[in-house]
Amino acid sequence: MFRPLLAGCGLALLAGAVQAATPASASPASASRFTQDPYPSTYKAIAAGPVLLQHATVLTGAGQRLDDADVLLRDGKVVAVGRALEAPSDATRVDASGKWITPGIIDVHSHLGVYPSPGVGAHADGNEMTGPVTPNVWAEHSVWPQDPGFAAALAGGITSLQILPGSANLIGGRGVTLKNVPATSYQAMKFPAAPWGLKMACGENPKRVYGSRNTPPGTRMGNVAGYRAAFIDASEYLRKSAPKAAAPQKKRWWQSSAKPANGNGADSEKDTGGKRDLKLDTLAGAIKGDILVHIHCYRADEMTTMLDLAKEFGFKVSAFHHGVEAYKIADRLAAEGVCGALWADWWGFKMEAFDGIQENIAIVDRPANSCAIVHSDSEEGIQRLNQEAAKVIAHARLAGIDIAPERAIRWLTQNPAKALGIGERTGTLEPGKMGDVVVWNGNPFSVYAKAEQVYVDGARVYDRADPSRQPKSDFLLGQPATQTGGVR
Amino acid sequence: MNRRGIEPLSCAVAANLAPRGLRRSALLLALLGACASFGAAAQNVLIRNATVHTATAQGSLEHADVLVGNGVVRAVGKGLSAPAGAQVVEAEGRPLTPTLFGGITEIGLEEVSGEKSTVDQTVALGADTKEMTVRPEFDVTLAYNPDSVLIPVARIEGIGWTLLGVGTATGGSIVAGQGGVERLDGGPDPIGPRVLFVRLGKDGLGLSGSSRAAQWMILDQLIDEARGRIAPGHHAALLTPAGRSTLLKYLDGGGRIVFGVDRAADIRQLLRWSARHRLRIAIAGGGEAWRLAPQLAAAKVPVFVNPLSNLPSDFDQVGASMENAARLRASGVAVGFSEGGASHNARKVRQLAGNAVAAGLPWADGLAGLTRVPAEAFGVAGQVGAIAPGQRADLVLWSGDPLDVAQVALQVWMDGRAIEMRSRQTELRDRYLHGDTGLPRAYPAPAR
Repeated sequence: MFRPLLAGCGLALLAGAVQAATPASASPASASRFTQDPYPSTYKAIAAGPVLLQHATVLTGAGQRLDDADVLLRDGKVVAVGRALEAPSDATRVDASGKWITPGIIDVHSHLGVYPSPGVGAHADGNEMTGPVTPNVWAEHSVWPQDPGFAAALAGGITSLQILPGSANLIGGRGVTLKNVPATSYQAMKFPAAPWGLKMACGENPKRVYGSRNTPPGTRMGNVAGYRAAFIDASEYLRKSAPKAAAPQKKRWWQSSAKPANGNGADSEKDTGGKRDLKLDTLAGAIKGDILVHIHCYRADEMTTMLDLAKEFGFKVSAFHHGVEAYKIADRLAAEGVCGALWADWWGFKMEAFDGIQENIAIVDRPANSCAIVHSDSEEGIQRLNQEAAKVIAHARLAGIDIAPERAIRWLTQNPAKALGIGERTGTLEPGKMGDVVVWNGNPFSVYAKAEQVYVDGARVYDRADPSRQPKSDFLLGQPATQTGGVR
Repeated sequence: MNRRGIEPLSCAVAANLAPRGLRRSALLLALLGACASFGAAAQNVLIRNATVHTATAQGSLEHADVLVGNGVVRAVGKGLSAPAGAQVVEAEGRPLTPTLFGGITEIGLEEVSGEKSTVDQTVALGADTKEMTVRPEFDVTLAYNPDSVLIPVARIEGIGWTLLGVGTATGGSIVAGQGGVERLDGGPDPIGPRVLFVRLGKDGLGLSGSSRAAQWMILDQLIDEARGRIAPGHHAALLTPAGRSTLLKYLDGGGRIVFGVDRAADIRQLLRWSARHRLRIAIAGGGEAWRLAPQLAAAKVPVFVNPLSNLPSDFDQVGASMENAARLRASGVAVGFSEGGASHNARKVRQLAGNAVAAGLPWADGLAGLTRVPAEAFGVAGQVGAIAPGQRADLVLWSGDPLDVAQVALQVWMDGRAIEMRSRQTELRDRYLHGDTGLPRAYPAPAR
């Protein structure tokens, strides 16, 4: 009864959860208020008939490579992957010989919509820099769906992405996972029944932003004190919110029927713990595992501090983001089942990024049960995560680590899906998964690779050869500067 | 030429330094093998059977040899014979290019971007936003630190030289100051002439009274002063004596002025203004430059673009396009590459060129944008940016297509010497690449 609707997203309940993602005010009886969604997804897949992509090199995202293989999409799902598939007579057949097919690319770290283009002051909606602990803010409430970056990312094969608050705050707020389809509201992009993320940040950013104002935190120890204070509040809140003992209290003859003075008994749902607190809702949801924790953290020592913090308060870290020193603790990350969402080569822009190396992702990927992810944190990088992965493969080879394309693609598909709690529904080309697919002009791990067609839930949402399937933001309409004029 | 940081690489040393992984690499085995059989101190090097991308009118030569002696290229052609004692490197058909231009960067001018104590790329002597100080004589190359860890990091990726850029900040002016070309060989001094940097458009607004129009007003005033139409000591005078003579030098076509500018309207004004003053200019950024491609070609203005800038990231580049480079080139503009602010990751410049090629730029022009075009624009074409007799032997042997991020530099030569393919980053990599041996990793590898 108390388990929220979204409990176990990414686990067995998912299929059911999709159906159940009926609007909103999901009944309090079925969802913890921590994860009730008053701003529910209105996403609807674009209608599409069956599609048979034929004769391609297929990287399934689950570790396999199939040559001269077909992918059949129907009713928005992957139906089959294999050689010489049979398809319904009404299927659209696409000759993909010479092409490569991968699952749709997933970026676990984007600020599209919250720091959109054009990057004017009025658009700076990604950091609630008015206090270091703001788990009450939700990135989705800042998302501008007309950010032209969404369409640019789509042309790079991005089919799902998590929009996160920025890293100014110790606890920055909730992230939201979107399907990368053009829409006039973010709700119409919202990945149905995907769990929220909780954005936290280590290191220099919070202590710089607040320390420079002479308010806490001003140091790394101040950072940790800030997390702990917040989670102590959340633990208390959670304790008060817990359902009362199953056995009903026996009413004694001397007891009146009046409500107890402390007010707890006034809670008809037995789970509110008093006045609702948006900050603590989010943190409680994180402790319960219904909101997945994503931590911006560069240094190895700080990541280990955060792993201890997670143990102290009983939450799990889904992924460390940026983690330029993740290679120093690759074994521990794998052993604890924590993903590393990393760049290929960015480093040195601040002190905590000074130890970046180009083999970071490859080394994090090496241990058993690892979860290496290529992320962008950039409106430019998100357009070519495949190229970022290519850099890693090339430099890993130089260091004696050979990584096959069918393994590397998991950094962009299966692993980010897992980190976002949507791994049972997308991220691989397995029957029953969402029909999120990219057809590339060749091996995707090259600077010359281009996404030729992109499918989301079986619908062709981008086609490099078909202008009718190339979405364009409202912002770009009627802009003389975008016209080619007499130049070409 | 025997500069610090570029000790001659003995072949035995190379083999020893190569991490286990490197030694396993079939690609490098050939190179090291070839190396090991010849004298360590060889002054002459013959690189045999390469696909030589000369970045000259000669274009690309398959199965060609390059002979290096005394630090310069002696000959390029087929079937060259090795002088006695020459070191011979078998390239096995792999691409050989000149070392690449790393773009306009602050390599050696900043160690950690976020730490002010390590950053030297701007001058701002005025009091905050209220006061403009104009110091064209500011020469940022004097702060260049050849011991920066950024230098080996870029160098082992085939980046052999860069143009040090100058930034702008409140308390300074839109006339940022001068930079120059540094070769990333660990030497202390720039090569070639100084280059003056001016910032226009939105990024100069805070330095021009909040209007783009005032940027031309200020520049005209400075020219009047340099030409003596505003007397020293006049209340409108902004320059020091050194500033006047520096600016004058550039006014008569005596030097290259790089304008940071994106918006087509600003570029149009720039072309008119520079024609009026007969300036030799280049453009950095040029987000909307493609919209004035014929005019830029006619004025012979090289443009250094970032082909990855395809979003309307601000109102100065609503017309940003992946095809910027291709369209400019199709109109005859000399196109080079630079990613604004990329110093630590200057190596990314290859990705810029590769994406421009993917978006329609001919491959040879992609390479030219990292070699010949910047070398000619910044006055160092006689030294770097081409493989031809007499050029410095600054060369890179690649595992494959140098414009593809899927390939890497296998060996870099500076002045004909094979550099050690090591950096702080490869040191870190090797420290953490191998398994736990009981001792903390802070101890030297053999001890662990």
